[in-house]
Amino acid sequence: MTRVTFSPSILSRPVYAPLESHGAGPTIMLCDAEGAAAILDLAERDPAVMDYAHVIYIPSGSDYTVRMRALEARQYHEAPSYDAITARYRKALADATMGTRLYLAGTEGLIGKAAAEALAAGLPAQAIQAEHRGSIARRMQCVHCKGVTEDVTTDPFTCSHCGLTLFVRDHFSRRLGAFQGVCVDAETPGEVPERQEILP
Amino acid sequence: MTIQFNDETFRDDYTFFNSPVAIARFPFPFDKDDYMYSVNMEPHETGPEGTPFDVRFDVDEHYVSEMRDRAITLDEDPLRCQSLPHMELAGWDLLELIMVSKAADYPDLFTLNRDGDRWHWINKPLGIEQRFTFGDPTTLPYGPMEYITRQAQGDFAVLDQREDNLWMDAGMVTSQADWSLDFDIGMNFFEWHAPVPKAHEMGVFQRALKFLMHVNQDTPARRLNWTMTVNPRLDTSPENYHKWGPEKRTITPENVGQKQYLRVELQTFWRLPRSNALAFPIRCYLINLEDLTSVPKWGRRLHRVLRDLPDELADYKGFAVNRPVIVEYLSKFDDGAPTSAGIYPDETDVALNKVPARV
Repeated sequence: MTRVTFSPSILSRPVYAPLESHGAGPTIMLCDAEGAAAILDLAERDPAVMDYAHVIYIPSGSDYTVRMRALEARQYHEAPSYDAITARYRKALADATMGTRLYLAGTEGLIGKAAAEALAAGLPAQAIQAEHRGSIARRMQCVHCKGVTEDVTTDPFTCSHCGLTLFVRDHFSRRLGAFQGVCVDAETPGEVPERQEILP
Repeated sequence: MTIQFNDETFRDDYTFFNSPVAIARFPFPFDKDDYMYSVNMEPHETGPEGTPFDVRFDVDEHYVSEMRDRAITLDEDPLRCQSLPHMELAGWDLLELIMVSKAADYPDLFTLNRDGDRWHWINKPLGIEQRFTFGDPTTLPYGPMEYITRQAQGDFAVLDQREDNLWMDAGMVTSQADWSLDFDIGMNFFEWHAPVPKAHEMGVFQRALKFLMHVNQDTPARRLNWTMTVNPRLDTSPENYHKWGPEKRTITPENVGQKQYLRVELQTFWRLPRSNALAFPIRCYLINLEDLTSVPKWGRRLHRVLRDLPDELADYKGFAVNRPVIVEYLSKFDDGAPTSAGIYPDETDVALNKVPARV
């Protein structure tokens, strides 16, 4: 079960749809974990989308390497982490020609970070598609110390930078690629509600 | 016109106060006895005399102390003032608008001499004199938006207009009702308003956006917004919520009249000539319940508005926890008498309270 239906939320919260092929054209594809399955599905619907594709796959424990290699993208790269490919990804964005499309697939954390990087590089928002697969862990910015905590799965959670206990908002910044975390016991220090798994 | 500037604080010992003149000219936001979101936009025309609506950018007795408070906040957190790279021209537009307006509306306080692009600005209340070249940021100690908004009361958002939308791409935000410029910068109109309950479903933002995109240089607009704040604190930012949050729980029936403030935002909207950006000043006015109820019409009306406000709005505005105490306090000032239309005090109200009829 890698597809998730998110509950309706506020307008700043990103929504995701299955990737849609724009055919053979310059393309960057970046996926992590179960996101590889979304790329495989896209290629099955329209194999031509791979003709000019630069594919970057971060397995994060998933095992799609054989099938991903078999797609025979123009360029294919496997990486151990997002941090490890940041420089490569930035270069791909900087080298991108007019009309290049970006396909992102996988966790919200990867999609958020990678879309923010692409927007900062000048890619228009309309050229970016994102399909969520797998974990619903969130990438959260602490509004107080500004540190980002990756892979947040509970609400509230502890900021990995300043240690405040934060609640998980749906308010999302595309520029930061992160949701907003706000101190949950600001008015009544020490009165922290019980941690719950976040829901889609 | 001479203004006596208060020496006061908006944090720690909270020595902020409103003089009788400031009370009488307070921009009370409710024109009737109930409240719901609406596109309450109107032309920013001047008048009536003495009110905050009488000039383009109101300067009042809190000016000098408010600017001092802004400087403290900026020292602690420079991210309260940000401008995306494409917004510098809009910063110059804003600087021009504010300097020209202040110099014309308060000639005894501000002077602007212009010789081509060589400008000479004098701000007497803050003791600033600056010669600079308009358009050349190296001739100012800060970027143009930061320079001028360190000398102008209220927060400032500067909105870029493109793709049929308005984008929060620059701002100076140190006296906000709990929103973060650092988080919201770069968002479009619908994204940064996303957390507001009910109003999206009511179509308020769609209509407001249409209106705002058609604001022209010669048709500035305004609206009033409001919330409730404990203590006269300008910096009610999410960044510092864990610092001011505990103060919200200090309201008691004994102190509510003095510690609980109605916080009013006079929002104005200005089309900027070179950048086509929209300047969006958000000027904050604070008044505690004790001073507010000295105007009988306002006491009656605020009681009815807060008593009948939908729970979602009280939650969103962040005073649900104190509402029972506030409403109980205000009920003593509501004799059930009918109230007159509009926001201004009645003639008899003013006479009763011995505040100048013309302020």
